[in-house]
Amino acid sequence: MSSSHSYPHEPTGVETRKLGMWVFLSTEILFFGTLITTFMIFKGRDFPGIKLTDVYDIPFTSISSFILLMSSLTMVLAHNALEAKDQEKTRVWLLATAMLGAVFLAGQIYEFTEFYHKGFELSTNIFSSTFYVLTGFHGLHVFIGVVLLLALWGIGQRQKGLTLEGGMNLEFVALYWHFVDIVWIVLFTVVYLI
Amino acid sequence: MTKIIEPNKQSNIFKRPSSETGIWSWITTVDHKRIGIMYGYAAFFFLLIGGLEALILRIQLSQPDNNFLTAAEYNAMFTMHGTTMIFLAIMPISAAFFNYLLPLQIGARDVAFPRLNALSFWIFIFGGAFLYSTFIFGTAGAPDGGYLAEEVGWLGSAPNGGWFGYQPNAGLKYSPGTAMDYWAIGLQILGIASLISAFNFITTIINMRTKGMRFMRMPVFTWMTFAVSFLLAFSLPIIAIALFYVTFDRKFGTTFFLTEGGGDPVLWQHLFWLFGHPEVYILILPAFGIVSEVLPTFARKPLFGYAAIVFAGFGIAFIGFGVWAHHMFASAISPVAQAGFGLSTMVIAVPTGVKIFNWLGTIWGGKIKLNTPMLFSLGFIGMFVIGGLSGVTHSVVPADTQQTDTYYIVAHFHYVLFGGALFGIFSGLYYWFPKVWGKMYNETLGKIHFWLMLIGFNLTFGPMHWLGLQGQVRRTWVYAEETNLQFWNIIVTIGAFIIAVSIIVFMINWIFSKRNGEKAPFDPWDARTIEWTIPSPTPVWNFSKAPEVKSLDDFWHSKYDEDEDGRAVRKESADQMLIDLEEEGLNPSENIVLPNPSYFPILLAAGLPFLGYAVIYKSIPLALIGALFLLIGGFGWGTEPLEEEVEENLEHE
Repeated sequence: MSSSHSYPHEPTGVETRKLGMWVFLSTEILFFGTLITTFMIFKGRDFPGIKLTDVYDIPFTSISSFILLMSSLTMVLAHNALEAKDQEKTRVWLLATAMLGAVFLAGQIYEFTEFYHKGFELSTNIFSSTFYVLTGFHGLHVFIGVVLLLALWGIGQRQKGLTLEGGMNLEFVALYWHFVDIVWIVLFTVVYLI
Repeated sequence: MTKIIEPNKQSNIFKRPSSETGIWSWITTVDHKRIGIMYGYAAFFFLLIGGLEALILRIQLSQPDNNFLTAAEYNAMFTMHGTTMIFLAIMPISAAFFNYLLPLQIGARDVAFPRLNALSFWIFIFGGAFLYSTFIFGTAGAPDGGYLAEEVGWLGSAPNGGWFGYQPNAGLKYSPGTAMDYWAIGLQILGIASLISAFNFITTIINMRTKGMRFMRMPVFTWMTFAVSFLLAFSLPIIAIALFYVTFDRKFGTTFFLTEGGGDPVLWQHLFWLFGHPEVYILILPAFGIVSEVLPTFARKPLFGYAAIVFAGFGIAFIGFGVWAHHMFASAISPVAQAGFGLSTMVIAVPTGVKIFNWLGTIWGGKIKLNTPMLFSLGFIGMFVIGGLSGVTHSVVPADTQQTDTYYIVAHFHYVLFGGALFGIFSGLYYWFPKVWGKMYNETLGKIHFWLMLIGFNLTFGPMHWLGLQGQVRRTWVYAEETNLQFWNIIVTIGAFIIAVSIIVFMINWIFSKRNGEKAPFDPWDARTIEWTIPSPTPVWNFSKAPEVKSLDDFWHSKYDEDEDGRAVRKESADQMLIDLEEEGLNPSENIVLPNPSYFPILLAAGLPFLGYAVIYKSIPLALIGALFLLIGGFGWGTEPLEEEVEENLEHE
């Protein structure tokens, strides 16, 4: 905005949109918090039928978790590249992040299908229901993240390239993406490991 | 002479909306004032519908063993009455105030995210339409062979499991048909709208304050908006997840809340009230804010204990998350939990009491002008104290288990939400009427409205206390003649109709004054906050230049000095200052950049009901239509430049 203008002011010094993103993420914590709490409540109870421990494959999920974590690294690299005004590298790392996210999603779809074949279905018991809703809700977030990353990559194809200002910029897609990754660390621990 | 910078009319998918008047200008607007006005009218429309439902309920209950409604219709009516009043009337009417006033009170040109603001509004509209489409498409009924099994007319084909949707009663087994799906998904959509506006207001208050507008100089109404936004942001996710579970239970065969599959109906109550109790404060805190603006203005004294009122508001918001189980004393919760929640319920009365005493301190010794807004604010204090006191009685667990599910509870929460929230809202509607329309309302009609409503209100809800203590059960469509409850029930019904009459008086006043009212002076109430430093009706650009605030109640201090005894003395320069302010407000000296109107908020919002129908009818085509709307809306939104074009334009100037 031009400086001759008395608007806008940002008394906190944080860019307004980034602040909005932080507020949004703080709400997301409560979404996942409620899901995880429900999961924990039901986990300790008796329920009939097949359990997650009968069907899951820890090494497989560990690898896909690792892939998702790596995507946070590539996201940081994309951000660094953009700060260094290297458009080409930014695009490459963005695409890499999106691809890693997509691989994670593919892994989750494969995993769900396997579980279904082994009889661990959505309505098998209360545990399977909470499992699918919880991890599915996270998967939906990853999916939205991948869409955002690809959109950003598409915008980067334009002549002007990407900037760190304006509309939907790399910085808050990155915030979102890191958040989704961190949530997965919690989910992986809570659902698979303990 | 200045001009408002017009954006280029080029755009990505469509041409940019360009109409400035007429219906399209309202559909595409991102102006917080217009959105506020639309919120207000839509909410008032739903208030009328909810009121109509209440009248239908009262006709049924006016006689013992009445046949005006069937049991199924009665269930549908009280469910829709509660749901409508809470989610479609009081919450959005508060949102109307937030939208219109918040940027004005902090000296901003608009909210932080104008298009998101429009999105919230349209999601609310589509959510309300979706919920009410149950009367056309929805089906409700009783379980096979159940005692209520009967032919259900269109009136009964609405959600019938109560606004609280207790499980398993609201589950598929006991509430077959699709009506409760409409309820669950409708609330989900409405929740999204409130959530988005919560982000928007929090960000706006933190980051859009004008120069010198420190936190402790913000008007109390802005503070309460802040508190409410936090409450929304942290409580709605809980109900959203719980409603997910309900939808999964009803549509996809899971058993989150059904004991058959190891689920837990009490978990629903916990999740629901973890949202539901903060929700109570979401409904009442805006009224607290309004009253805290009106009282000092009409008592001509500063607000007594500004900081105490602000922190008490946040205290209420915080403790509000720790009292939810007092709605569940009759459920299976342990005695320790009962004692704990009983105590926290008593504790939350403390900050509420702080507020009450501060308001009394504000009017104490003031030169009180009894205009309609002041009458409503005083009525608010009186009625809210009654409701608050009956609320504290619920913290006594043995007494509460006795009162649970009786009309005593109905009386209590209507004193809080009608005598409290709605009286506050009416106070605000009259108080800011000149600001919004540039006209004065009719004072006589306003006073008639107040007294009719006060009498009608007390006739309606006062006797419910003793009806409840005599044992009349709520949510039940008949009572037997032998119970001797008839006398007070007919009084209650008469009271309800008096309220209806008072609402008609209000509408006449509104419509008449808006057309033919006297032109409002610049600062009709001799007010204290900076929204009165700009002309009425508010110009589209709000402030000609960003105002600078030097103290709390800045506008007052620019008009008044103190003499030795601490009395306010009007400055000689005050009148000239007002003339200058008006002149400046109407003729801004700098270029004005306003956010551009956009088609995409309404397009994006239009996708949600389709997704809702897709879940209810498990239809892929509907889901695709919904997704298409989201995609077009999202893509257009993301690629629609908000600012660059304007900058290019500036260079041409």
